[in-house]
Amino acid sequence: MLDADFFRRWMTVTAASVDREAERLTDLDSPIGDADHGSNLKRGFTAVVATLEKEAPDTPGAVLMLAGRQLISTVGGASGPLYGTLLRRTGKALGDAAEVTEEQFADALRAGVDAVMALGGAAPGDKTMIDALVPAVDALSGSFAAARAAAEEGAAATIPLQARKGRASYLGERSIGHQDPGATSSALLIAALEEAAGE
Amino acid sequence: MKMLINVAETVVADALRGMAAAHPELTVDVENRVIVRRDAPVAGRVGLVSGGGSGHEPLHGGFVGPGMLSAACPGEVFTSPVPDQMLRAAAAVNSGAGVLFIVKNYTGDVLNFDMAAELAEDEGIRIAKVLVNDDVAVTDSLYTAGRRGTGATLYVEKIAGAAAEEGAPLERVEALARQVNESSRSFGVALSACTTPAKGSPTFDLPPGELELGVGIHGEPGRERRAMMTSREIADFSVQAILEDLDPRNPVLVLVNGMGATPLLELYGFNAEVQRVLTERGVVVAHTLVGNYVTSLDMAGASVTLCQVDEELLRLWNAPVKTPGLRWGV
Repeated sequence: MLDADFFRRWMTVTAASVDREAERLTDLDSPIGDADHGSNLKRGFTAVVATLEKEAPDTPGAVLMLAGRQLISTVGGASGPLYGTLLRRTGKALGDAAEVTEEQFADALRAGVDAVMALGGAAPGDKTMIDALVPAVDALSGSFAAARAAAEEGAAATIPLQARKGRASYLGERSIGHQDPGATSSALLIAALEEAAGE
Repeated sequence: MKMLINVAETVVADALRGMAAAHPELTVDVENRVIVRRDAPVAGRVGLVSGGGSGHEPLHGGFVGPGMLSAACPGEVFTSPVPDQMLRAAAAVNSGAGVLFIVKNYTGDVLNFDMAAELAEDEGIRIAKVLVNDDVAVTDSLYTAGRRGTGATLYVEKIAGAAAEEGAPLERVEALARQVNESSRSFGVALSACTTPAKGSPTFDLPPGELELGVGIHGEPGRERRAMMTSREIADFSVQAILEDLDPRNPVLVLVNGMGATPLLELYGFNAEVQRVLTERGVVVAHTLVGNYVTSLDMAGASVTLCQVDEELLRLWNAPVKTPGLRWGV
């Protein structure tokens, strides 16, 4: 079973990982975007950790909804609404249970990913965060480790794709050959699940 | 790369503090990042709110004031503002006559303004939105996020702002803003990449002998790279690209806009070439603006925007405006 502490750890580990990888995310964003993905997410997740410490929500759903709202309020760009919606809608789907099963979490995350697809209008293969999240959700009922591997594979698989959403889409064919920064940061988020669970 | 800053994290806040000191006629909320004209909300007048990433100055904060925007929300450098800022701006300028959000077509701006519109409507503020998407460089928009919003933003903000100042209702201000957007097209070139404070080095690599054709305003590369061209050749190429998409039967407003690092000497020279090609193509020019208005940090280069105007749009364009970045008739 997963409790509020687990989801708090998930956010803390993600924040640490985004902090560590911020420069890499920004570097990935500079040839095809505008070179700020790392710094924006870092600002957002730092704020998430600070808010979770202060407000101490006590259910998994409340942790994720608060984290999502905080991302929307601090990140800006497309990443703010997209990551914020992902966490908020996942949290909302978890309801107000004090603990949830891994299966329930997998279902909730799927609802979150669906909400991101609806908001951003992106489908798998458009070279976005969806390319890491969809395979991760599919693998999640296996284990966090499987989800991590699927997300990382999905992120790497964006390299040969031509972007059809977001700022990279303006490059047309020249977006080919670069790994999508959003898919890369999504893989960090999924990888943090494994560490938060202590696996 | 040398920049006149303290640290990257405080660049926007520092700029807002300086702007507040230079423009006491504006209310600058540094902490919440909202710039509002001091007399807002103006009774019975539609409020105009725009915003986007910082780094495009004077857009948008420099266009706040009588006859143009009621408020602006600057985001982080090249990053759209967050819904909280837009909601705060809308509340500050709403007199009950409603608020028009002017949004450039970039995914982040669109998503954040959409969220803000929902929140504002929950608070009983009537919101209308206009999407600016004037950039002809994005051709196959079915397979991209759509045409970008660039130079036409200035025309939309000025003309809709003049209508709001005259007391036009929200529906009319919105319709005029749409008409201006639909009547405008832009094309931009970059001679160098720009440097964001967060990264500290150029965002893309552009060799000395080459230029990018069809750039947006966020330091993203264009669609095509070529060997450096003369001002004359760039003017021919840019105006041709615009006229393939816009067939002006009426006079046009011309904006020759610097990206931030191109001196006026070059911009005026470029304007001479733009005027020449327009004359050759039989396009009548009603008004020309040359300068740095929609910039991209320290990028060298320029964009051309044409806006076809009827008598009403021209009258509103010429109406008095008093902002840090655009001022006449007052």
